[in-house]
Formats: sequence, structure tokens, C-alpha cells
Amino acid sequence: MERDRDRFVKPTALVIGGGLHGASAATQLARSGFRVTVVEKNYAGRHASGVNAGGVRRLGRHPAEIPLAVAALERWQRLEALIGDDGGFHPCGQIKVAENDENMARLVSRAAEVRELGFDHEITLSRDELRRRVPAVAPHCVGALACDGDGAANPYRTLTAWRRQSQREGAIWREGVRVTRVDRAPGGGWRLSTDHPDLPGLDADWLINCAGGWAGELCGALDECVAMQAQALMLTITERVTPFLGPVIGSASRALSFKQMDNGSVMIGGGIAGCIDTGGERADVRLAGLAENVQTALGLFPFMRDVRVVRTWAGIEGVTGDGIPVLGLSWRHPRLIHSFGYSAHGFQLSAITGEIVRDLALEREPALPIAPFDIRRFDSSSAAARASHTH
Amino acid sequence: MKTIPLAIIGAGPAGMAAARTAARHGLRPVVFDEQPAPGGQIYRALESTPLRDPELLGQDYWHGRSLIEALRREPVDYRPGHMVWQLTRAGEIGVLAGDTAALIRAERVVLATGAQERPFPVPGWTLPGVMGAGAAQVLLKTSGVVARAPMILAGSGPLLYLVAVQYLRAGASVAAILETTPQENRRLALAHIGGAIRGWRYLRKGAGLLRELKRAGVRHERHVVALRAEGEEALTGVGWRTAERPDDWQHCEATTLLLHHGVVPNVQMTRALGGEHDWSEQQLCWRPRRDAFGRSDIENFFIAGDGGGIGGARAAQLQGELAALAALESLGHIDGPTLAREAAPVRRKLDAELVVRPFLDALYRPGDSWRRPDDEVVVCRCEEISAGEIRRVARLGCAGPNQMKSFTRCGMGPCQGRLCGLTVSEILAAENGQSLEQTGYYRLRPPFKPITLGQLASAAGDAPGAPAWNETETAS
Ligand SMILES: Cc1cc2nc3c(=O)[nH]c(=O)nc-3n(C[C@H](O)[C@H](O)[C@H](O)COP(=O)(O)OP(=O)(O)OC[C@H]3O[C@@H](n4cnc5c(N)ncnc54)[C@H](O)[C@@H]3O)c2cc1C
Ligand SMILES: Cc1cc2nc3c(=O)[nH]c(=O)nc-3n(C[C@H](O)[C@H](O)[C@H](O)COP(=O)(O)OP(=O)(O)OC[C@H]3O[C@@H](n4cnc5c(N)ncnc54)[C@H](O)[C@@H]3O)c2cc1C
Repeated sequence: MERDRDRFVKPTALVIGGGLHGASAATQLARSGFRVTVVEKNYAGRHASGVNAGGVRRLGRHPAEIPLAVAALERWQRLEALIGDDGGFHPCGQIKVAENDENMARLVSRAAEVRELGFDHEITLSRDELRRRVPAVAPHCVGALACDGDGAANPYRTLTAWRRQSQREGAIWREGVRVTRVDRAPGGGWRLSTDHPDLPGLDADWLINCAGGWAGELCGALDECVAMQAQALMLTITERVTPFLGPVIGSASRALSFKQMDNGSVMIGGGIAGCIDTGGERADVRLAGLAENVQTALGLFPFMRDVRVVRTWAGIEGVTGDGIPVLGLSWRHPRLIHSFGYSAHGFQLSAITGEIVRDLALEREPALPIAPFDIRRFDSSSAAARASHTH
Repeated sequence: MKTIPLAIIGAGPAGMAAARTAARHGLRPVVFDEQPAPGGQIYRALESTPLRDPELLGQDYWHGRSLIEALRREPVDYRPGHMVWQLTRAGEIGVLAGDTAALIRAERVVLATGAQERPFPVPGWTLPGVMGAGAAQVLLKTSGVVARAPMILAGSGPLLYLVAVQYLRAGASVAAILETTPQENRRLALAHIGGAIRGWRYLRKGAGLLRELKRAGVRHERHVVALRAEGEEALTGVGWRTAERPDDWQHCEATTLLLHHGVVPNVQMTRALGGEHDWSEQQLCWRPRRDAFGRSDIENFFIAGDGGGIGGARAAQLQGELAALAALESLGHIDGPTLAREAAPVRRKLDAELVVRPFLDALYRPGDSWRRPDDEVVVCRCEEISAGEIRRVARLGCAGPNQMKSFTRCGMGPCQGRLCGLTVSEILAAENGQSLEQTGYYRLRPPFKPITLGQLASAAGDAPGAPAWNETETAS
């Protein structure tokens, strides 16, 4: 009885995908009075969200993402108060290194561009200042761009904290359940089929697409146009070495993310693509790509040559055609919200995207600008679509 | 990146036999092995061992000579000192030779990487002076050097006696053999006595080893139920209790303790490739899925030898022949009828070879308490995680070894879980009341063995088109 009444009063939301963006959305929706179910085909954090490099970075963001990244950092700073655990977040800073004058000129103009947009978090570092902050960096480096307050956190721990918080707010998690079919229900909501014998069908008023690398497939089933690919991104991790590095290091001209973790291990990444198995569930490392990535790292930290690699791995991530996510309402279907395609930099943003999804589901204007993430940008007839909606 | 038709990983009996079969059918395989010389575990250092007396290492050892000679003589591109540190399902192979890493692609791959010793976690097993009996045997075969100080061997299984005898003959002083084989095994093994009689050769060999130990006056303690390695900085002694005197700790001084609880397939590669593995209750280990010809469930990959399930050296050799035939057939190098014709006698011999296994497996099955040690025993040596910590995390709701990694870093050190993987899966299964299949095993990540950043970076030129593979450096 109690349950039936509940069902009558509370709108229901179904989140597809138990990664960070699904967990963040589930937390905020449940807190705002939705009855939320998260459906995850593997287990929470099995893919990108549990295995990423943990970089919490505003530095170098696409201009459209800067306002979200700034708001997200503010959430990271009080994560423990928000979700009961700080996710291991260390504000150790992020630094992008220039290896020559041409690199440095680009970093200087980047800093100016960010200032022009009204933000002051990216600052240039002189050669001496770089060396003071990163004594181990190779002598040829001429300067850097830095972002104090950025840093790194522990991905699986962060994901677990968001999942637990969403559960405390009332969200229900169904792991090991794959959504196999999505249909519109007669009453205006959604009806989902799954591969789980106990859950043949699931109904909901709202559908939230947080399916990460599989979000494109889901869009296909929903007739949504999007340019998105699942990619396997690779990481290399070394044995422990004596602490030598505080901030997370990137490069002005090459794909690199390089950091030393608490236990002394060094993690090397940079969004280098590996391979995805035909089944689509397994990511394999691609040797040549790994080797190049490591070569880049050794260019900046040559003394690491004899340090041993302990593990390499790849995780599956949704990467869009223009490298920024899809975050917003569907224009093809009512009560469908997309939040995917974070293109190798969605860890940091996960702290804010749930709030945006919540605002959209409550049918109110989000506090942050999301127009650039509108899915219609991929629709060839988008001009027409937009015109018809602005009426 | 260069593409070759057939790569064989491992030059033990399985890999050498596979290479010989392929070469005799006119296909020149490339054989990678990290060791400096052919032979695998059993025939290790056969060409160079200082222990030339044929009696010392035994007839089974010298049996390997013909395989090794064939490897040297036949058209085989044998590459010793080449460690395979990565493999992909597309057949991309990362090899490391000296300080240079290179990439190569093979259309078909025979995995013949053999077995490893079963982890044997007891209190103090991380002390210097404690090692696997198999690892000690490696030292003996390659260097021939034995320490004067007394050694103790503990555990169960034919290899334990063999190593003890080999050390004795080489002049070592063996203070005691502490046998952990549970009392009831003898009775349980009787159910398989039929196979044992047909496999009499093995039993005769085992009995001979035991007689030799007895003649040498080696103290032989049976039904040991608890064991501990003692010492502060290094091993100084060993303590044990037996089923007959369960309350008394007995002691013996020693500076070397060799532990052995049998061997299990080395599944690093088949796991990293994502193949299916079945839990064998008979052998208490994971076995990668393979059919009667050694075809795995990973397209273009074949498994031969102890890496697919423990059958011993002779079986490994026969499986190597079968896997090579199957690979040749799938390359279109031989046709189906040829495969069937040539495989039939090999399969008959293989069946005869394997008939004794159920008996041996039952007789030397390590008891539960050895495989799932007490709380205080360190299980993951790299990250120093105890059995108690694993049980604690299991109670927090950790269902599988991969989540265990995320919680505790267990299995994430340089050994890649080789020394803790089985123990962690078995403890979790028992703790959660699940089957081993439900519990699963670590998802393995390359490198299979440590490689330095500099070595890894040296493969950077190996993108398509670059000169990755040095044609002229052929070793054989
Ligand atoms: C190796 C690597 C390093 C990275 N490093 C960083 C970094 O340093 N900093 C940073 O900001 N970002 C980083 N990222 C990116 C970041 O991890 C991702 O942007 C983010 O985790 C994406 O979260 P998600 O929730 O969208 O996707 P995911 O975590 O992939 O979650 C989507 C989930 O949906 C599930 N799913 C899909 N389809 C279905 C279905 N039909 N039914 C049920 N479930 C389904 C999947 O199983 C999956 O678990 C990195 C990513 C990788 C792979
Ligand atoms: C430590 C140990 C000692 C043993 N001693 C004996 C004994 O004395 N008598 C006996 O009857 N049985 C012994 N066995 C049992 C043994 O498994 C079989 O007898 C037999 O050697 C199995 O043959 P195989 O060809 O399957 O594997 P193996 O003989 O083990 O050969 C595997 C080969 O693969 C190579 N290899 C593995 N990984 C890589 C890699 N990543 N890159 C390159 N090369 C690689 C190894 O160097 C090795 O040469 C021993 C087993 C072990 C683990």
C-alpha cells in the first residue's frame, strides 16, 4: 500500500550506466525526490570510472567546459561533506610543461584566452619556477602552465563513495543487469527490457543515458544522431620509487599525463588509444601506443629509464567527434536526458554533472551553461530542429 | 610490424615438440623462450649443466636430449633469451631481448609456457632462505652448486622427493622431509588405483625415490599438519606439528627451507587474453579451456603442455605435437584428413600417458588448511596483505579478486598475482560460500613479467612500417 502511494507521488528515473556520471545523477535525482534505479551490466565502476587516471583537472579544458570544471572543483573541495568520503582527492596541482619556445608561446596565449573568458586559474610558470616546483623535470623544459588547486583522486574510491551516497538517498542499484531494449511506454514514460530473468521489464518516467562507451549504441536504438565512438584508453603503472613529484604533469605538445601516487608508483597515461575486442567488453593495450607514451614520459623524466613497469591496462570510454560531452535533454523524445561522451576527461566533471541532470529532470534551467553539449550539434538537420524548438 | 605464420612461446617439451612437428611439415616456426637455452623446466640447462653424471639428475632428465637436438637441427627460428611480456588477441606479441623490446604479429600462436609451483603460504614463508623446491632445482640444474648447511624440504608431491634426491646426490645435507600429504589421501587415491596400475612407470619411479631417501637416512616426518618458518632476518629453523602429536611443536635448525605443493598451470597469458578457464577440483587449479587438439577458445591460439593442465613432461611433448598439427591445419598448411591421420597415434599415446593422473592428483592433493591459511599468514607478498585482511574485506561484501584489488591492492605488485592468485580466489570462495567459478580470478594485465620503462620505450619505433624485426639475428 505504502509502496503504491509512493509510486503514485514520486516520479521514477532509470539511469543506464553505473559509472561516475550515472552515480552522480542518481545521487542528485534521488535527493530531489525521484525514485531512482541504476542499471549496470557489469559492476559499478567496471569501465572508465573505476580504472581511470584520477586526474582532477581544470587546466587546459575546452572553453565550453571551463564553467563546469570550475564548479566541479568547488564540489571536489568539499566532497567529504557531500558524499561522505573525499575520494582520496589531493589538490597537488597540475602542470603542463613546455619543451621549447614555440610550446611556451602557445601556453602564454592559452592563459590569456582563459583570462579573457573571465577565469584566472591558469597561470604561466617561468623556467625557474617550473624547476622549483618540479626539480626532476628534464633540463630542456622552458616553462609551463599551471593550475593550483587541481590535483588527483582515487577513481574506484570516488565511484564507491558516489554509489553509496546515492544509495543513502534511496537509489537502488542493479548490477549485472544489461538493458537490451528501450521502448516508449503508452503513458509517456519508458519501458526497458533487460537480459536478467528476474527483471524482464522496467518502467520509468525518466530515462537517463549514462552508458559511457555504449551510449552511442543506446542513441542508435533511440534514433538519436550522435558522433561517438567507444575507445580503449591506456595507462602504465610502475613499481614504487622514492617520492620525487608533487603535481600531475602534462605536456604542451604531446599526449601525456604523468603523476606519482601516494604509494610511490608512477602512473603514465595521456588518452592514448588501445584496442577494443570485437565483443566490445574488453579493452586491450596496444603495444606501439604504450611504447610511444612511455617514450614521451621519459623525454621529460629521463631518470626513470630503469624503473620497472608493473602493469598496463586499458579502459573503455565514450569519445565524441568533437571531444566534448553530450549533456542535455533529448529533442527527439520527452523525458530522456543524455550525460555521456566525456572523451577521456570526465572524471573531474562527474562532481557536477548530476546536478545538471537533476535540474533538467525537474524541468528547470541548469545553473551552468550547457548549450555547447546539446546533442543536436551532431544532427545534420539540427538547424531545422533547433528552429522548430525555439518557437 | 612483421607478420609470421606461427609463433611458439616456450621451449620446454611442449614447445620443442610443437616446433619439431611444424618444421617437419615444412613450416618454419619462431620459438620464443626467456631462458638462455632450451629445455623448459624439466630439461633445463641440459646442454650445459655441470652435473654430467647421468645418474645424478636421472634418466627422465636426459630423455630431453633428442628434443633439444631436433630444435637445434631442424629449420626452427629459435630465439632464446626472448621474454614475451605482452600478447593481444590479434596475435601481437611483445618480446624483450636484452634491453630491446620489439613487436611482431603471428597468425597462429602456440602457448607452451608450462607450469608454476602452487603458492604455499605458511607463517614465515617470506623469510630469506625459504623458497620453492622447483626454484631451488633450477639453481641446482644450472649451477650445480649446493650449500653445505642443512636444508629441509616440506610439502607434498613427486617433485618434492625428486628434488630431495637430486640434492642428496649432488652432495647436499638434507636434514628432514616434512610431508604434508593428508592421511586420508591414500584411501581416496585408491579409488583411482586402476589408472595407477596402468601408469606403473610413475609409481615405480616414486617408490625408487622414497627408497633412496630412506637409504640415505633422511628423517621423514609424515602427516605434518602445521608448519612455520622461523627466524628474524633470515631462516634459522623450521617448526611443525604432526597429526599424531597435534599439540607439540617440533623443531629443527636449518638455513634453507624448500616448499612444494605441486605445480599448477601458468595462466598469465591465457588470462590476459581473456580465455575461459575452468576450475579443476581434481587438480585444484584453473585450466584454460582447450579441446583435444589444444585449440583454445581464443581464435588462433593453441595451448600445449602443463600450461593447459598438469600432465607431466611426456604428455606435454605429445600435446605439443597435437597443437602444432592443429595450427598447421588451421593455417591451411595441412588438410583435415592429414591432421586426423597424424594425430590419431599421438592421441592414443597421450591417453595412456594421462591415465595415472587422477591417482597422483588424489594422492598428493594438498589439504584445505594449506591452501587457505590462518589469518596471520601473509598471502600477497608484494603488497603484504594477510589472509585475515582478505577475509575481512570479503565480509565487507567483496565478492571477487578484482574488487579485492581495488580495495586492498592485493595482487597488484610486480609478481602479477602469481604468488597469491590461487590463495585469494580460494579464500574468497570459502568465505562467501561461492564456487571458484563464481568467484573468478584476477584479470591479468601485461607485462607478464617486469620490463623497464626504457625497455618499453625502445619498442616505440615499431609502429607499422618501422624496422622492428631484425631478420639477421636468427639464433639457431
Ligand atoms: C584509462 C583512462 C584514464 C582516464 N583518465 C582520466 C583523468 O585522469 N581525468 C579525467 O577527468 N578523466 C579521465 N578519464 C575519463 C573518465 O574516466 C570518464 O570520462 C568517466 O569515468 C566516464 O564515466 P561514465 O559514467 O560516463 O562512463 P563509465 O564509467 O564507462 O560508465 C558507463 C557504464 O554504463 C554501463 N552500461 C553501458 N551500457 C549499458 C546497458 N545497456 N545496460 C546496463 N549498463 C550499461 C557500462 O557497463 C559502464 O559501467 C579516463 C578514462 C580512462 C579509460
Ligand atoms: C619449477 C618447476 C620444476 C619442475 N621440475 C620438474 C622435473 O624435474 N621433472 C619433471 O618431470 N617435471 C618437472 N616439472 C613439471 C613440468 O611442468 C613438466 O614436467 C614439463 O616441464 C612441462 O613441460 P611444458 O613444455 O609444458 O613446460 P615447461 O617445461 O615449463 O616450459 C615452458 C617454457 O616456457 C618458457 N616461458 C614461460 N613464460 C615465458 C614468457 N613470458 N616468455 C618467454 N618464455 C616463457 C619458460 O622459460 C619455459 O622454458 C617442474 C615444474 C616446475 C614449475
